[in-house]
Amino acid sequence: MSAQQPVPGTPTGLVVGEIDEFADASTRASTSVGGSAPRTPMPRKPFQFGRWFRATGWRHIVGVVMVLFSLFPIVFVISSALNPQGTLTGSNALFSKIGIDSFVRILTDPKVPFLTWFGNTLMIAGITAVATVFLGALAAYSFSRMRFTGRRFGLISIVVVQMFPQLLAVVAIFLLMSAIGDWFPAIGLNTHVGLIMVYLGGALGVNTYLMYGFFNTVPASIDEAAKLDGAGHARIFFTIILRLVAPILSVVALLSFIASVNEFVVASVLLIDTEQQTLAVGLTKLVSNPRYADWSAFSAGAVIAALPVVALFLFLQKYIVGGLTAGAVK
Amino acid sequence: MSTTIDDEVTPETRPKPTKRQRRAANIADAASGGVKMLLLKLLLLGIVDAIAVYGVVILASAGQWLVAAIVAVVTVIVNWIYFSRRKLPAKYLAPGVIFLVIFQVFVLVYTGYIAFTNYGTGHNGSKEQAVSSLMASSLERVEDSPTYPVTVVDQGGTLGLLVTDPDGEASVGTNEQPLDEVDAEMEGGKAVAIDGWNTLSFADVIARTDEITELAVPFSDDPNDGALRTPDGSSAYLYLSNLEYDEAAGTMTNLDTGTVYSDLGTGAFTSDQGEELLPGWQIVVGFDNFVRAVTDERLAGPLIYVTLWTFAFALISVASTFFLGLFLAIVFNDMRMRGRKYYRVLMILPYAIPSFLSALVWAGMMNESFGFINQVLLGGASVPWLTDPVLAKVSVLIVNLWLGFPYMFLVCTGALQSIPDELQEAATVDGAKPWAVFRLIKLPLLLVSVAPLLIASFAFNFNNFNVIYMLTDGGPRDSNAPIPVGFTDILISMVYKVAFTGQTRDYGLASAYSIIIFIIVAVISVIAFRRTKSLEELN
Repeated sequence: MSAQQPVPGTPTGLVVGEIDEFADASTRASTSVGGSAPRTPMPRKPFQFGRWFRATGWRHIVGVVMVLFSLFPIVFVISSALNPQGTLTGSNALFSKIGIDSFVRILTDPKVPFLTWFGNTLMIAGITAVATVFLGALAAYSFSRMRFTGRRFGLISIVVVQMFPQLLAVVAIFLLMSAIGDWFPAIGLNTHVGLIMVYLGGALGVNTYLMYGFFNTVPASIDEAAKLDGAGHARIFFTIILRLVAPILSVVALLSFIASVNEFVVASVLLIDTEQQTLAVGLTKLVSNPRYADWSAFSAGAVIAALPVVALFLFLQKYIVGGLTAGAVK
Repeated sequence: MSTTIDDEVTPETRPKPTKRQRRAANIADAASGGVKMLLLKLLLLGIVDAIAVYGVVILASAGQWLVAAIVAVVTVIVNWIYFSRRKLPAKYLAPGVIFLVIFQVFVLVYTGYIAFTNYGTGHNGSKEQAVSSLMASSLERVEDSPTYPVTVVDQGGTLGLLVTDPDGEASVGTNEQPLDEVDAEMEGGKAVAIDGWNTLSFADVIARTDEITELAVPFSDDPNDGALRTPDGSSAYLYLSNLEYDEAAGTMTNLDTGTVYSDLGTGAFTSDQGEELLPGWQIVVGFDNFVRAVTDERLAGPLIYVTLWTFAFALISVASTFFLGLFLAIVFNDMRMRGRKYYRVLMILPYAIPSFLSALVWAGMMNESFGFINQVLLGGASVPWLTDPVLAKVSVLIVNLWLGFPYMFLVCTGALQSIPDELQEAATVDGAKPWAVFRLIKLPLLLVSVAPLLIASFAFNFNNFNVIYMLTDGGPRDSNAPIPVGFTDILISMVYKVAFTGQTRDYGLASAYSIIIFIIVAVISVIAFRRTKSLEELN
C-alpha cells in the first residue's frame, strides 16, 4: 500500500494520472474508491498487466474516451471565449491566445443587450420555478392527503396532459396572447408576465407527479398529530409538510428553472422586442449565421450563461439523480 | 396510506363522521387559522376580485361579452371555493388548474379550431378589416384634389395627421381612425398643435419619412370616400381607391379594369377568372388544411419524410443514448475501479449545460468551412456535416447522443445499483456465466424500472425542437416544397417554421400539423400505457 500516491486534484490531472500510473495500478485496484467503502481483502499476487487490464484497465480506457467526447465541445467553447479574436476560424487553435476581450465585447456591445437577456432569463425562469413549485405542491398535497371525487381522474389527467407539451399549441398560444394583448397590454404579447403565465400552464404536470410520490412517503401520522394539536390544514401544509418535502421542492424548482432557461419556441414567438427576449432567443439569433457572427463573443456569452446552471446542477446533483429516477426506480 | 383530512367524500378507512363531528372539526379547523391568516386570505381574494372586476369592465366595454361572462363566472367560483368551509381539495387545486385549463387544455382545443380555418398571412382578420385594408392599399391620387395643409402628430408612437380643410376647420385622424373634427391651435390659418398629441418637429418628420408617407387617413367611415395622404409631411391630397366596395352585393369592383371580384366563400374576393384579392379574411374551411397536407403532392412528400424522420430520430435517439448509458453504467459499476466519481462528474457535464447553448456550439464546430471538427480534428477536410441531407441527420443524432447519454447513464446506474446483489450471487452459485447473469437477470429487472423513462424520453425526443432548430434549423432546405421545410425537420419544427418563419405564415396548416402530432402522440401513449400498466398503479 505504500506505493499509493495522492491523486492529482484537477480533472485533467486525474485522467492523465490514470493513464500514466499503470505501474502501481495493481495496488490501487485493491483499494476501493475514496477509502470510505469497505475494503475487500485481496491475496497479494505479483502484478500482471493482462489481469489488471481485464479487470479494470479497459474501463479506464472507456472512461477516458467518453470524457474526451464529453469535454471537447466544452473545452472548445471555453477556448474560443478566451480568444480575443472574433471569428469562428480564429477559435480553432485551442488556447492560442488568452484574453478577456470577448467577455468585454459581449457585455458592452450596445447592439447585443446580453445583460438584459441574462436578467430577463433569470427573472422569468426564477419566478416560473418558484410558482411552479408552489402550484405543484398545493396540488400534490391535495392528491396525497385528501380523498375526493375526481381524484383518480385528476391524477390520470396529469399523466396524460404531460404527453402533450405546450409547444404543440404554440400557434394557439400566440393568437391567444395577442388577443389578450389587445385588451390587457400589460399581460399580453411581448410581456414577461404573459410568458410566465403560459409557462405556469405546464405547472401541473410531471412535476406534480414527482411531488405526489414524495408527499406519499411522508407519514400521515405527522399530519394527524398536528391536527390533534389543533393545527388547521393550511398550517399543516405550510409549516409542516412543505419543510419535510424540501428536497423534492428544490429538485422540481431546478428542473423547472432549467426547462424555462432552455425554452425557445414559446419565448421566441411571444417576446418580440430585442430588449424583452431571453438568452435562448437572443443568443440563437446572434449566431444564426456562424460565419459572420462574432463567435468568441458568443462563446463568452455562452460560458457566462451556462455557469450558473451548471453550478446549480452539480451542487444539487445528488438530489436531481434521485428526482429523475423517483418515478421509476424504487 | 391513511386519510388525514376528511372532506366531502367518505374516508376509506374510518366510519363516516356524524354531522356534529364534522361541524366540530370545521370549527376547530377555522379556529386554528388565526386572524392574520384570515386577513391574508381576504386580502389575496380581494386583489384577485379587483383584477377580475377590472378585466370584466374592460372586456365588456370592448364588446367581448362571452369572455367577460366567463371571467365573471370563474371569479365567482373561486370566491365560492375559498369562502366555503367545504371544498378543501378544490382550494389546493384551483390555482394550478386555472392555468392548466387556459394555457394547456384551452390552447390545444383552440389549435384544433385553427386547424379548420384558413388563418394566416392574407387571412388575418374579419371581412370588414379586409375591405378597408384593400381599399387603403389601392389608393390613387385624385387629379384635381384640393391641397390640405397638414401637421404630423404623434400619440404614444401612433402617427396621425392634423388636417386643416379649405374652410379652416381642423380635424385629426390616423390610419385606423377616420378624420374627426377637433379644436386645435391655429397659426397662420393652419392647425399646428392639439391637446394630447405631440407635434413632430421638422427633424422628426425627416427621420420618420417612411412611416409618414405610408400614412393614409380615411376621410370618413365610408371607405369609398377615400383617404388623405401626404408625400412631404406638410400638405396632403385626397386619394381615392380604384376599388369600389358594394356592400349590398358583397362585391369589389376594380374601377380601372371593370373586373368584378365577389365573395365566393373562399375567404377572399375572387374574380371570375379565379384571381384573388389579398388580404382576404378568416373563415372556417373544414378539413381543407388536412386534405391539402396529405393530397397536395408538394406538401404530402415533406409530411411523409418529416414524419418518418421524426420517428427515426426519436427511436434512434432513445436507443443510442440508452445503450451507451447502460454500457457506461455497467463499465463504471465496478467497485474495484478507481476514480469512478471523477469520470462520472465529467461525463454528466453535457447534461448540465443548457441544451440550446450546446446545440449552438456544436453548430459552430460542425460548420463546413470554418468549423473545429473539419479544420482541426479532420485536418482541413470539408465534410458537409450540416448541409448534406444524409450527413445532417447523422450529425443531429451524434449531437443528441452527446446531449442525452448522461441522463441515461445516471438512470441506468441508479437502476443497476437498486438490483440486489443476492440475485447475482445466487445465479453465480448456480453456475451462470456473467453474460447470462446480465442478459437473463439484470437486464429484465432493469428494463422494468427504466421502461417508463424510456417512453418519456421517446415522447420528449419526438418534440425535441431545440436540438434540431439550433443545430441545422431543419436544413438543408427542401427547395421543392412550398413551405419552409428541410431534410432534418421533425414535425414540431415544421409546425414552427410553417407558422412563424418564411414569407407567408400559415397558421391553419401549422395547426393541422399540430393536430397530426397530437393524434400520433395520443396513439403511442395509449399503447405505451396499456403495455406498462403504469396508470393502474395510481391509487
